[in-house]
Amino acid sequence: MFSSPALRSLVLLLLALALATPVLVVAGSWLAGASPNWGHLSSTVLPSYLRHSLFLALFTGTGTLLIGVAAAWAVSRFRFPGRRVLEWALLLPLACPAYLIAYTWTGMLASEGALQQALPLPLPDIRSPAGAGLMLTLVLYPYVYLMTRAAFVSQSAVALEVARTLGAGPWRRFFRVALPLARPAIIAGLALVLMETLADYGTVAYFGVPTLSTGIYRTWFGLGDAMAAAQLAGVLLLAMVVLLTLERRARKERRISVASARAAAPLPLGRGPGLLLAAALWLPVLLGFILPALQLLVWSLPRWRDLAEPGFLGLLGTSLLIALCTALAATGLGLLLIWARRLRGDRPRRLAAGLAGFGYAVPGTVLAVGVVLVLASLDRGLNDLLASVGLPEPGLLFSGTLFAVVFACTVRFLTIPIQGLDAGLQNLSPNLDNAARSLGTASLPMLRRVHLPLLRVPLATSALLVFVDTLKELPAALVLRPFNTNTLAVRAFELASDERLADAALPALTILLAGVAPVILLTRSIRNPHQESPHADH
Amino acid sequence: MRRLSVLFSLMAALVVTGCSSQSEEVNVYSARKEALIKPLLDRFTSETGITVNLITGSADALVERMKAEGEHSPADVLITTDAGRLYRAQQEGQLATTESDTLAEQVPEALRDPEGHWYGLSVRARVVVYAPDRVDPSELSTYEALADEKWDDRICIRSSDNIYNQSLTASLIAHNGEADTEQWAEGLVSNMARDPVGGDRDQIKALAAGECDIAVVNTYYLGMMQGGDDADAREIAEQVAVFWPNQDGRGAHINISGAGVATNAPNPDNARQLIEFLVNDESQQWYAETNYEYPVRADVPVSDLLQEWGEFKQDDLPLIKLGELNADAVKLMDRAGWK
Repeated sequence: MFSSPALRSLVLLLLALALATPVLVVAGSWLAGASPNWGHLSSTVLPSYLRHSLFLALFTGTGTLLIGVAAAWAVSRFRFPGRRVLEWALLLPLACPAYLIAYTWTGMLASEGALQQALPLPLPDIRSPAGAGLMLTLVLYPYVYLMTRAAFVSQSAVALEVARTLGAGPWRRFFRVALPLARPAIIAGLALVLMETLADYGTVAYFGVPTLSTGIYRTWFGLGDAMAAAQLAGVLLLAMVVLLTLERRARKERRISVASARAAAPLPLGRGPGLLLAAALWLPVLLGFILPALQLLVWSLPRWRDLAEPGFLGLLGTSLLIALCTALAATGLGLLLIWARRLRGDRPRRLAAGLAGFGYAVPGTVLAVGVVLVLASLDRGLNDLLASVGLPEPGLLFSGTLFAVVFACTVRFLTIPIQGLDAGLQNLSPNLDNAARSLGTASLPMLRRVHLPLLRVPLATSALLVFVDTLKELPAALVLRPFNTNTLAVRAFELASDERLADAALPALTILLAGVAPVILLTRSIRNPHQESPHADH
Repeated sequence: MRRLSVLFSLMAALVVTGCSSQSEEVNVYSARKEALIKPLLDRFTSETGITVNLITGSADALVERMKAEGEHSPADVLITTDAGRLYRAQQEGQLATTESDTLAEQVPEALRDPEGHWYGLSVRARVVVYAPDRVDPSELSTYEALADEKWDDRICIRSSDNIYNQSLTASLIAHNGEADTEQWAEGLVSNMARDPVGGDRDQIKALAAGECDIAVVNTYYLGMMQGGDDADAREIAEQVAVFWPNQDGRGAHINISGAGVATNAPNPDNARQLIEFLVNDESQQWYAETNYEYPVRADVPVSDLLQEWGEFKQDDLPLIKLGELNADAVKLMDRAGWK
């Protein structure tokens, strides 16, 4: 019955709709008309919310682009001291939740903190709009770096060499050839950064920066107006839809596919410039990971005995299990949606791939409540149905189990594989598919034998990002947990949000370390093939 | 594929173990953090044999979850850390009335819902702290006086996003009316030494660092700093002193953490039993002391640290008012430009 491609398109669209329901519930709040509180909001706080959100988006967008693209270019094109370590070290800040780095830096810069005690000059107050932008930039630039580096690594050497023989200098080769070729990947990373920035709550709330997302919480919890809050979230969503649509339009005009035949070998740098470059690249790692991690270590030393507490390993296990399930589910679903669209780019499939990716643009708790609404009504329907035919009621099968947590995280992070795989597939020429088809290969074998091997890097990248994001961002799903289920992120978040930083340090440090292992593991799989052959190192 | 199926069976196992307990139990949705309630729940289990299942999270999200789950909701007890949220849960129809002689006897009338939807478990006071080297306590009097011009550029207070500031403002609306309170909020905003940043601890730190001369905070944050094992924090806390406002009038503004039985509670008797347990002598002392709060029962002694701050008169405004006026308070603070 699924033989017709049109029917399959429909099924895909339904799947995407199911994944998007929690977000659609939020967007649907506009159907009931504007909340009576809009007059109050727009005449008092809304302009300030919009101004600060826009400022943060611009600050973080520019900052992550500069650091991410420059770092990706440096480690994939040059050889300099410590490059192999930097390759993965640049990703480390990814493991650090934004709210945590905000608390940690505040502690480090505080007047009684070690840093201020050692310095004669008064340190600037980090708790400002620009400070919030800096914190977000430090933990978010790895998205741009990771996606862009994957693109640079898979770029064919031929294009760059042709440019070189035509007399283009290194700067020109970067701006006119490499950068345009990596554009889909860069934009994919940037879109993730912007969505996370706009949806961030912890950092801006602590720094007292009034943004759309703090406004959503304030309107919902303070005014008790869930409708106006959902409508504010709708504004946030709309901004993302516009952003992504504009980008898709722009990209369509100039679609370039470069199959990765042979990657360019990195150029050796002289000793002086090499050391300078290495020092510059270590800076974001130092600020975004090493210093905060050291501070957390200092804070947690007096409490290392908590490690032996019987529940601690359980926390770690639950966290890893949820992160693993979400990484698998999100990457699998993302691949399905994007690949189906490549096979047949009809309207339902394009819509499906577009719809499924908006969970990231909604603040965590808002999304979680959307998920509760959807899953609980599913549960009620199922219970009523079974009761009506005289069967025992199963209780809350969906909303009362870990399924709810994994589902929520999948909805939230699905955009990561969608963006990443989309960028990856666009780099593969349609000629590949045509060639495979002319050799009589059906769709599924083509996926297995042609696309999947070529998509190894974006697949690994997406899975890694979702895994680490789920590990650290669990506050989003805090409210969906089944009874007596706890995780590291929940523990760290509860304590940190109570300003008990010293108590939060140990679980926080464990999140960081648990995130580091997959970062290192997966960087190995994204190595330029040239670097793996022994002679390239000499 | 095999690894996938192992994963799914693991998940299934977790799900099954989560659902299979058949013995006596009570399910708690708690906005009070795990570390501040779990040990007490464990003691309840060992005394009564009733298993306690716990979820923690933000009160608003927990109430949304209860609403969505409807009649199938497993929630028996809802615990929040402010009266406003209990009131809202009640308004949403999520709390049942509980009749209990023990609770009616132990919990003072102002600290519970008149109809018995919810009961206070501990008292937290929002006070003024000051730097004794720059401020003489005789200069301080009431919350209202914080809008006085003499405090220009001298006050630290956190964002109006915070529920404790919303409750304080709601209490002022209840006592002085909306127009006066709005004027007060405008005066307070213009007296702020800096834009509101951070939590209550940060206000105390800024006070000690000389950024401002007085700050408005909940006492237990100072308690945590003074009684904790962070030497820096202890040193900072030593540099500030507590002033109890409005002692010649209505008393200091207080809020509660409290609990109610859920409308759809599958185990309402156990739920009542648990709340009664939380107000017994021993629990009251632990519950309050762990978080440097005050017990709701006047006959339960407070810790030495709290005794140092002295006894104080509590505002006996029925806390239900804080819930009723919360939205008005938020709008008022929006208009006054309190970030």
